[in-house]
Amino acid sequence: MASIDYPLDRTHRTQREFSFSETLYRWVATVDHKRLGLMYIVTALIFLVIAGLMASVMRLQLAFPNSHVVGPDTFNRLFTMHGTTMVFLVGMPFVAGLSNYLVPLMIGARDMAFPRLNAFGFWIFLFGGLLLYFSYIGGGGLSGHGSAPDVGWFAYAPLTAKAFSRGASTDFWILGILVAGIGSVASALNVIVTTVSMRCPGMTLTRMPMFVWVMLVDSWLIIIAIPPLTAAQIMLLIDRFLGGNFFNTQAGGSAVLWQHFFWIFGHPEVYILIFPAFAILSEVIPIFSRKPIFGRPAMVGAVVAIGFISLGVWAHHMFAVGMTSWSNTFFAASSMLVGIPTGIKIFNWTATMYGGKLRLDTPMLFCCGFLLQFLVAGLTGIMLAVAPFDWQLHDSYFVVGHFHFTLIGGLVFGLFAGIYYWFPKATGKMLCDKLGRWHFWLFVIGFETTFVPMHFLGILGMPRRIYTYAPDRGWDFWNLVSSLGVIVQAAAIALFIWNVIDSLRSGEKAGDDPWDGWTLEWATSSPPPEYNFEKLPVVRSSRPLWDLKHPHDPDWKFEQ
Amino acid sequence: MAQAQTFKGDALTLEQGWHMPDRGTVGIAFLIITETVLFTIFVVAYLVYIGKSLSGPMPKDVLDLPILATICLLSSSITIVLAEHALKKGHLGSFKLWWIATIALGLEFLGATGVEWHKLIYKEHLTIRTNLFGTTYYSLVGLHASHVIVGMAFLLLVMAVTLAGFPIHTQFRRVRFLSWYWHFVDAVWVVVFTVVYVVGR
Repeated sequence: MASIDYPLDRTHRTQREFSFSETLYRWVATVDHKRLGLMYIVTALIFLVIAGLMASVMRLQLAFPNSHVVGPDTFNRLFTMHGTTMVFLVGMPFVAGLSNYLVPLMIGARDMAFPRLNAFGFWIFLFGGLLLYFSYIGGGGLSGHGSAPDVGWFAYAPLTAKAFSRGASTDFWILGILVAGIGSVASALNVIVTTVSMRCPGMTLTRMPMFVWVMLVDSWLIIIAIPPLTAAQIMLLIDRFLGGNFFNTQAGGSAVLWQHFFWIFGHPEVYILIFPAFAILSEVIPIFSRKPIFGRPAMVGAVVAIGFISLGVWAHHMFAVGMTSWSNTFFAASSMLVGIPTGIKIFNWTATMYGGKLRLDTPMLFCCGFLLQFLVAGLTGIMLAVAPFDWQLHDSYFVVGHFHFTLIGGLVFGLFAGIYYWFPKATGKMLCDKLGRWHFWLFVIGFETTFVPMHFLGILGMPRRIYTYAPDRGWDFWNLVSSLGVIVQAAAIALFIWNVIDSLRSGEKAGDDPWDGWTLEWATSSPPPEYNFEKLPVVRSSRPLWDLKHPHDPDWKFEQ
Repeated sequence: MAQAQTFKGDALTLEQGWHMPDRGTVGIAFLIITETVLFTIFVVAYLVYIGKSLSGPMPKDVLDLPILATICLLSSSITIVLAEHALKKGHLGSFKLWWIATIALGLEFLGATGVEWHKLIYKEHLTIRTNLFGTTYYSLVGLHASHVIVGMAFLLLVMAVTLAGFPIHTQFRRVRFLSWYWHFVDAVWVVVFTVVYVVGR
């Protein structure tokens, strides 16, 4: 047995203290994938709070009929900025942050393939985000019309034409997102190259952790899906600044073409956003069930299948625009088809838990929440994929309920599972489990209270994006319930933030491997040194740390 | 030890025989894929809007086949390969020669585009705002031309550092990546030519 000798226990060297300006310099000038990953995640959390506050104001406005907390113009800006922020400045940096932090550690590499490109990606993303928010100051433009963007996160033509969207607010939307998109592509390209070229000896594709597999396919989707949005945004800029006619219906242009281009990006984007949660679950559930993941090849196959099928489902967002019945049929069928690999994943996670020695710590609780809520989201998704059903509920609160179930019930729950799971690795401190449980239960209760009623509201006919409603529509009760849930969710998030701050200050020391993990990130110290591994690991199975901890019963005897 | 023998090769040989694909190669390949998607959307927009213009001028009235420019750009793909081969063999003189030829052919292409645009704008009065044809034509051809300009900037950079005496053969990998990018720009031109000047006319 030559040299699988990356040590499990090692002496910890103490680092000298840095002054504030030194620390600041080390963070700003860094090309270290772990620091960049953390900066992505912290940025995402800050934007999450901002966009969450916007959502709270909207719920406050909608809690009672005919209310006047905010006017219609402000409301339009709120839902536009809320959606845009959540997708581009929360979801995307979470993808980039998690993959940046964890992929090199998991494949036994010392950094990403292109560290400077990585830093470029982060800073240009941040600049794009700040540019979008600068619209609150500069969005009026020289003519003084408008403030923040108010055209919705998918910015349908012809509303975005110069004639209907005056001032510079839409331009800030275009440029901010375009610039942030460049950062996303840079980061995704880096993840792909890192995964393909930087794996440590023995880390074949069949032994690669599921997390890395999912992030690889995720990055593939990013580099395929972001350029259509960029292209469409360039066309929109040409229309707005050079007087082009792409989406100008007066000159024969087509507003529907924008919808096609946007959703060619937009639907894969939904998978791009949910994939980090898939990746996290695929690591957390096996660890907390004390079982290897069930049906690993099927899991990899399913995620690769989603990576291709999801590129062909976009027009299910457009059933209501009057496409041919052939298009409707095709996109309804493909949307249901993508449910199959997703179903395989849900089944396999559940099967991993079945018969396992379950440890219901906070990360695992969030995974359980994910499984149930994402299942509901998937089922309402299949309902909406049925074109005639969609005609009834298109642009209603049913759709709002559906995608918040995927993105909060799925993605955010998955992210919290990941944060509770890897926080000890990144900081060396445990997050408090008791507070974590409070956070989980409050968040579940708040989430369900807010978003289950939205499905009812949609069926009762409430359209999305209305700023208020008359009292006689039968929507009062469910709107009030939905808004009350926000208070509970806010309490949960506040508890989480307190938990992070308190644990950073005086949390229990984590040690290098608090969860008895199996993947390589647990083989280095917490937090890992800048070079990650003193000696590059050599891997013989998909659970290298299991092999190391159980030399008499290693996985490589059974895996070939 | 008996267990170790069931494993194919021990860790040490694994470490030595472990080769991963070159990261630059993989990086440029995926960069080209993502650029291809960007172009695809502009090509699709062009195809969708063929014949949809509500007013003139129409493509068949104003577009001439840019035969010379096309020949120049496509031959520049050959000259850059010859330059690459010369550099690989260490013939710096012929490398410089083929490299300058590539630059000259690329500049001829850009010049021809400029002349064509000048004619369209000032003689035919077709601008980007005239009609859908103008919008899609200038966008697609312009997007391609901007890529040629980026490639040209890098070609000139390589030329400048070579003439300044920098040992360019140490950067053979990067020269080859640039040549791949240049081939990509050429391949896109074949599509643009087909769509704009053959199908669209």
